[in-house]
Amino acid sequence: MTETVAFPQDRTCPYHPPTGYAPMRETRPLARVTLYDGRHVWAVTGHAAARTLLVDPRLSSDRENAEFPMVNERFARSRRCRIALIGEDDPQHNAQRRLLIPSFSVKRMNALRPRIQETVDRLIDRMVEKGAPAELVTDFALPVPSMVICALLGVPYEDHDFFEEQSRRLLRGPRAEDTEAARDALDAYFAELIDRKRAEPGDGVLDDLIARHEETGTPDKDELLSLATILLVAGHETTANMISLGVFTLLGHPERLAELRADPDLTPSAVEELLRYLSIAEGLSRVATEDIELAGETIRAGDGVVFSTSIINRDGEAYDASEELDWHRPTRHHVAFGFGVHQCLGQNLARAELDIALRTLFARLPELRLARPAEEIPFKPGDTLQGMLNLPVTW
Amino acid sequence: MDRHHIEVDKDVCVGAGMCAITAPAVFTQDDDGLSEVIPGKEQATGETMTREALRACPVQAISVADG
Repeated sequence: MTETVAFPQDRTCPYHPPTGYAPMRETRPLARVTLYDGRHVWAVTGHAAARTLLVDPRLSSDRENAEFPMVNERFARSRRCRIALIGEDDPQHNAQRRLLIPSFSVKRMNALRPRIQETVDRLIDRMVEKGAPAELVTDFALPVPSMVICALLGVPYEDHDFFEEQSRRLLRGPRAEDTEAARDALDAYFAELIDRKRAEPGDGVLDDLIARHEETGTPDKDELLSLATILLVAGHETTANMISLGVFTLLGHPERLAELRADPDLTPSAVEELLRYLSIAEGLSRVATEDIELAGETIRAGDGVVFSTSIINRDGEAYDASEELDWHRPTRHHVAFGFGVHQCLGQNLARAELDIALRTLFARLPELRLARPAEEIPFKPGDTLQGMLNLPVTW
Repeated sequence: MDRHHIEVDKDVCVGAGMCAITAPAVFTQDDDGLSEVIPGKEQATGETMTREALRACPVQAISVADG
């Protein structure tokens, strides 16, 4: 067994894997890492192994399993709470996902594109009216996905200060009490919103779920609350981080940005490559329910397994010059959205939002640049979704 | 004569839409958001994008079957 590495760690550069992960890169496809509580678990580091293991039903997503690996204290405390969709196995997971699949189809997401474009245009208009400089997280990266997911779910956007703050506390704490209080606050918020919607139904995904709950009892009351929170939080935090970190990365790679400006039709490929390169959802976790043999090692029943997506997505066996940003590489098989039955439900919404947001931002503000030196701009700690804490820009 | 054809197992499909975005000439999604082969494209087994779609499917719901 090779030396173990602490996991997760903070990134040193916001778009590169932590330098402290270097020993893991030497140990593909499986490495040993140590979690915050001293527990040793497997870290998947190889691309082919990740794709094999993420479809293996012997790896469970059940957060209520006492042996499920937790990457920090505040998430460990949430073990007591049921987390629909991402924290459950089939058949429960499948039943929940099937309720939502029609609402996130490629066709539905394409039909949303004019609305996303309108939102992006309006936010850039506002930035231009206010004049440079701007704080791009608050003025653009966060409100784009926040407004879109509100419209899709049927959540009133005027409540965004509340739910954005609670999402932040839910994911980043910093204390376990913050995460617990945020969960309670979101549950209370949705319980009230659901009551209001019963009296006055709208046409959002949440309204559909409420109707299904009333007609069939599925989802049940707890599932309904949990799904509402998951969809709202995952629906805006993730894309917001991809926009802020994506813009920061492009501004740090002027040649790639110039290439994109010269040919905006490269944007969908650039989005895909940025998803691979930035791997903002680090450390997808599972617990083995049976022994699994892989690459000469045995993952024992009860062992924790974490997937280091930033390392997996830079596996030199899967990608030539994997450390380089390249809009022309075949990049689609990255695991930035996961793989297997839990692969991101909202991935095609994210693709549409990122394509429109990046394409429009650089077309409308061709002189966009950082308003402070890159080294001074703060980014998120390693045990949560990766992204910029703020992004001062001028143009 | 090649009698292979493409099938999508809708019981396995999780609606990620990877096939529909990878090989839009071969795959689409039905009203439930589950993938299906576009009628008339069942024999497009040899196309590069079909093979890419098979690989992109997160749950291996697409297969190439005999007969």
